[in-house]
Amino acid sequence: MMISIMCNKRFRGWFKNAFIFLFWLALWQLLTVMIHNRILLAGPADTIRSLSVQVTDAGFWKAILSSLSRISLGFFLAFFSGMLTGCLAFYRPFLRELLSPAIQLMKSIPVASFVILALIWTGAENLSVLISFLVVYPVIHINTIAGLSHTDLRLLEMARVFRVPLRKQALSIYRPALYPYLESALKTALGMGFKSGIAAEVIGVPQGSIGEGLYMAKIYLSTGELFSWTLTILLVSTAFEKVFLYLLKQTIGYGIPKRRTESGS
Amino acid sequence: MVFQKGGQKVEAEQKNIVIKNLSKSFGEDFVLKELSLTLFDGHTYCLMAPSGAGKTTLFRILMGLEKPDSGTITGLTGHRISAVFQEDRLLEDCTALQNIRLVTGHSVSSQEIETAIQRLLPKDSLGKPVREFSGGMKRRTAILRAILAPASFIIMDEPFTGLDRETKLATIRMIREYTKGRLLLISTHNAEDVDLLDGEQIQML
Repeated sequence: MMISIMCNKRFRGWFKNAFIFLFWLALWQLLTVMIHNRILLAGPADTIRSLSVQVTDAGFWKAILSSLSRISLGFFLAFFSGMLTGCLAFYRPFLRELLSPAIQLMKSIPVASFVILALIWTGAENLSVLISFLVVYPVIHINTIAGLSHTDLRLLEMARVFRVPLRKQALSIYRPALYPYLESALKTALGMGFKSGIAAEVIGVPQGSIGEGLYMAKIYLSTGELFSWTLTILLVSTAFEKVFLYLLKQTIGYGIPKRRTESGS
Repeated sequence: MVFQKGGQKVEAEQKNIVIKNLSKSFGEDFVLKELSLTLFDGHTYCLMAPSGAGKTTLFRILMGLEKPDSGTITGLTGHRISAVFQEDRLLEDCTALQNIRLVTGHSVSSQEIETAIQRLLPKDSLGKPVREFSGGMKRRTAILRAILAPASFIIMDEPFTGLDRETKLATIRMIREYTKGRLLLISTHNAEDVDLLDGEQIQML
């Protein structure tokens, strides 16, 4: 009986999702038919056709690998350094104040300005590494401080009285307080980092990258190709987000149950 | 300060705790005023006082969580402290065993901890996180943590709050058994607890 109800619910969920997907697909196709101009709007069929041609090209996979590895590198560097400086700034308020102007600057300066500056400093090759770093780093830094600041002081007092070693305090008391903030920050930062990295590539046009693919699609007014690249970015970005959040859950979030939490992201 | 039992003179040893003229105020509110007291190592003391008399403040000073305005405490450095706070202060996502293991380190085996848990908590509670416990079960876990910790001075701030009589008696039996030879300071509102714990009553006025 129980299994039957669960299957029913699951089936209804799938059905609902399939309906939503088909609804938007139909609307897209309807607009394509109405506009009837492949340069202005490529339809789902054109996009799939373009994608099916692209996937047979080795350059397509190389471009994905190249962009993904650069953006991931920037992201990982930002994640670890953001956590490190966040922890240090939590323990040393002076360091927090010292870093604050730089963090504010990173948050408020438009990505496009950074891209131009980075093009001058580093050239196009490592542009997306730097841009994804600059976008992700402040989010991780700020949320690390916020998470640590929300650690239960009464538990810290208990640990102090019982002389619990710092390593154990970090694992059992600080980690559960930090994790929801990191998770929430990552959900924002992963998407932002990826989009900014690709945007930087479109401006810098490093050879053999997704950004170059998008740029070429723009030059040749190949909207179908542009859409297929966009679909690719969407899929790669989603997969990247899922994998990273899974890794976070299995490491820092291990054994911490899911709860509704507010964060300062 | 009135000692109702066991007030005989004992030569102060190194591990005795001597509190002299201890005062603490929060703004204009004097919580502790010129408190003097000697706690002899290995004894059990039951601190009885009306609410707001400064029991918790005294405990916090002894635990090193507050600084007194004036007065001295000697003999604390030789002690390792464990405590039952007014609140349970447990890691809600962890089991009772994990909560206790956090403070015991390798001084007590898992088997010993499990045996102690099974004496005070229902058998099916072993695998459950503390957040699924009732208030009384959490209180007993906090007590188990304090008595199993490798401490020579155990402080308990109203530990029997929320426990029914039967559970309280079982808990007291365990406290007496596990804290033998160690210095125990308990605050309570119930005069009966002094006899049950075979302790010496300290009346704070």
